[in-house]
Amino acid sequence: MGNSIEVKDLTLNFGSISVLKNMNLDVAEGEFVVLLGPSGCGKSTLLNCLAGLLDITDGQIWIKGKNVTWAEPSERGIGMVFQSYALYPQMTVRGNLSFGLKNAKVPQAEIDKRIARAAEILQIQPLLDRKPAALSGGQRQRVAIGRALVRDVDVFLFDEPLSNLDAKLRSELRVEIKRLHNQLGNTMVYVTHDQIEALTLADRIAVMKGGVIQQLAEPLEIYNRPSNLFVAGFIGSPSMNFLKGRTVEGGRAFQFGATKIDLAGYDGGAVLERDQAILGVRPEHITVSTSPLSGPSIPAEVEIDEHLGADSLLWLKAEGANLSVRVPVEGRLPPGTKVHLGLDIPKASLFDAKTEQRI
Amino acid sequence: MAEARGRARWTRNISAKIAAIPMIATALVVFLGGTIWTVVYSFTNSKLLPKANFVGFDQYERLWATSRWTISIQNLMFYGVMSLVFTVVMGFILAVLMDQKIRHEDTFRTIMLYPFALSFIVTGLVWQWILNPQFGIQGVVRDWGWESFTFDPLNNPQTVLYGLLIAGLWQGTGFVMCLMLAGLRGIDEDIWKAARVDGIPTWKTYVVVIIPMMRAVFITTLVIVASGIIRLYDLVVAMTSGGPGGNASQVPAMYVYDYMFQAQNLGQGFAASTMMLLSVLIVLIPWAYLEFGGKKHG
Amino acid sequence: MADASMTRSAAMAGPRGAKPRKTLSPRNIMLYGTLIVVCLYYLLPLWVMVMTSLKGMPEVRLGNIFSPPVEFTFQPWVKAWKEACTGLNCDGLSRGFWNSVIITVPSVVLSIAIASVNGYALINWRFKGSDIFFTILIFGSFIPYQIMLYPIVILLREAGIYGTLWGLVIVHTIFGMPILTLLFRNYFSAIPEELFKAARVDGAGFWGIYFRIMLPMSLPIFVVALILQVTGIWNDFLFGVVFTKPDLYPMTVQLNNIVNSVQGVKEYNVNMAATLLTGLVPLVVYFVSGKLFVRGIAAGAVKG
Repeated sequence: MGNSIEVKDLTLNFGSISVLKNMNLDVAEGEFVVLLGPSGCGKSTLLNCLAGLLDITDGQIWIKGKNVTWAEPSERGIGMVFQSYALYPQMTVRGNLSFGLKNAKVPQAEIDKRIARAAEILQIQPLLDRKPAALSGGQRQRVAIGRALVRDVDVFLFDEPLSNLDAKLRSELRVEIKRLHNQLGNTMVYVTHDQIEALTLADRIAVMKGGVIQQLAEPLEIYNRPSNLFVAGFIGSPSMNFLKGRTVEGGRAFQFGATKIDLAGYDGGAVLERDQAILGVRPEHITVSTSPLSGPSIPAEVEIDEHLGADSLLWLKAEGANLSVRVPVEGRLPPGTKVHLGLDIPKASLFDAKTEQRI
Repeated sequence: MAEARGRARWTRNISAKIAAIPMIATALVVFLGGTIWTVVYSFTNSKLLPKANFVGFDQYERLWATSRWTISIQNLMFYGVMSLVFTVVMGFILAVLMDQKIRHEDTFRTIMLYPFALSFIVTGLVWQWILNPQFGIQGVVRDWGWESFTFDPLNNPQTVLYGLLIAGLWQGTGFVMCLMLAGLRGIDEDIWKAARVDGIPTWKTYVVVIIPMMRAVFITTLVIVASGIIRLYDLVVAMTSGGPGGNASQVPAMYVYDYMFQAQNLGQGFAASTMMLLSVLIVLIPWAYLEFGGKKHG
Repeated sequence: MADASMTRSAAMAGPRGAKPRKTLSPRNIMLYGTLIVVCLYYLLPLWVMVMTSLKGMPEVRLGNIFSPPVEFTFQPWVKAWKEACTGLNCDGLSRGFWNSVIITVPSVVLSIAIASVNGYALINWRFKGSDIFFTILIFGSFIPYQIMLYPIVILLREAGIYGTLWGLVIVHTIFGMPILTLLFRNYFSAIPEELFKAARVDGAGFWGIYFRIMLPMSLPIFVVALILQVTGIWNDFLFGVVFTKPDLYPMTVQLNNIVNSVQGVKEYNVNMAATLLTGLVPLVVYFVSGKLFVRGIAAGAVKG
């Protein structure tokens, strides 16, 4: 089927400041796309443009095959859920849910039907006659989602909907949003700065920085094959380890300090010989051993040992660089231990230090 | 395509634009246009009706050669400086007293602020009565047997401005106290805790720490009070009508009113009001620069 | 063992429990003493006004203005209301009172309606130049009114409403606009923007959001504006003199004409009754509104 949302060459300037730069984004019917990035990257701005709450400078926005570039927010066939819930405080939950429908002159019987359905899906029937002030944070967010739900639209826009909730509620509602998506099959665009939300919810993630989409891909692809240094460093906690060095032997090996690492099995393009390259390896793709490994291994020393419960994290120093390694709890080592590190090259990423792009 | 786009932009938010018409008209036509109009016509010899017959600075030369105007300016400067100093100093001291976690704070504040709800006319007439030489304070003290006691500020050209000050301070100090109190309450409690731990005496904390922190409140208060003083009119009309002795308590606003609406000498009125504008700008522009100029960079 | 119990009993002998506080410390005597003296200064005129207005003229002449009346009489009040003269016109201050009422009511309603819409448009529906108009407005509030008086006279004369009630209502609306717009703008800016966005997604337009969302959330600030405008317009003198004719003079103007008229014998008790009557409306508003009044006047000092 066709695309639900198409953003074509979208540019947005505030005066002389360029906030979104010539952006293109297609979201398929029923797809869940997460816009992820640090604050100020333009992700919320893009969402507001999709909703029609901001006038764009140039380009077009299509929703469900209709050019909605100049359409009013209410005419775009979208529902929106806000970070601060944005419930109208003087109205009851029922009033909040019906406000948009009344503006659209939907018949009362239809309004009642839709509210009943939304209330059932979100399990907020007992709350319908309460005012927002009498609801908990989680309940308010359910009502805010309900407001999008009753509009009976195909596109849902979420603007950091879980950021105001505490950690426990956040993970509960996250699962609920996922379930909702599975149940309704709507197109959803979801803005967050929380990568766990992004990785768990998204069909595809758009990682943004400086008003530009850095990479748009499925979560695993983003995690395993980040397209540039920014994406590699932004996704994953703790961050990917970056080893600065150069590629040698026609691109068959990576020189890191005194150690030469064989690049056999690297999953990427032609490596070639480069004076400045960066080898990125995730903490879980490094093995630690107290005895020398069979292949080339990097000598290192344990500095700190953090116990995380399920596993533990070793912070090491190797060739003057700080590295973190995720190890099973049994693999814990006291600070000062001399160890040898082995890298899982097929899962590593190699970047050109000048262009910062993945090789 | 381009045409459709232009139209869509223009009709966008059309309700908002229509709703803003009164504001735009007030800002542009009345405030900006009216001010410019008066300044321009102050260079004409308009008498009964405004006429665009330009005579250069004639009206201003006449203005500054008129003793009534120069006295008005002197009066306003004296009254203004005294009033500013006293309202701000007294307002601050009262605010400090009110800030000592006292009991019945609301009652005290209600009493100090109620004169501010009254008009200058009412204020002026009450004090005129209290300062009445025959029945007022002077009369009462003389009745007690102190026959030579003299307290008759309103009928003596030398002291009439003090009489106005007594009434003006009564009306306005409570307001300044409220602004200062709000400023004091806006200061972080932790500053006080830190000063207490450091063993700094309370009075010294006020002088060295609190007053510098309230700089913005002081400046804003000064601007508000000063722009009110320049408009001073009702109080003088009610208390002295500009007298005694003809013009011992004349103020510029009175001069403007008389020339514009009584003496049918519009040019003089316009020139005098332009001078008033100028004096306000002298206060206003440095303040606006400090207040808003810095904000854009910050 | 013995050592420990020694130190312990020594500690017990020192200060323990709540620190004693003296209510009659020299500091408190100074503090409350000063405040009470200051309050006497503030209360004195009110006291004198009330007492004088309740005395007969013989007692005013003979007695002390600070002492309460020996014989209470409401005659001065009745006379001030019904018979006090301005020039040849002797129908009392009641005319000025009703004039002030018919001036104040529409002026308050119109000025608040326009200013609240201004504030709302400035926060939520910015358009090109909206901030410039607002800046001019704020500057205008500091500029002496005198410089704009005559141009307004011309504008009103052209519109054919100079000297009428509606002319004065428009003048009050114009000069109330800066402070009220600032007041509403600041209040609306504290309402989360997302609420406004949500309402737009829900299909509400400019007026829909104003009446259904903003208005119900902003009742306190409307009350503050109401207090500010009722007292401000009631107390106005200059605009009343300049923009109305004698038969429409507001109460303040008529009061001044009564008290400061040079004709006839001065009836101080009637004058004070008239003064008190004129001050009564703002005083009632003030005492009823309490802290909201403070909030209203402080709004002028809050930066935009």
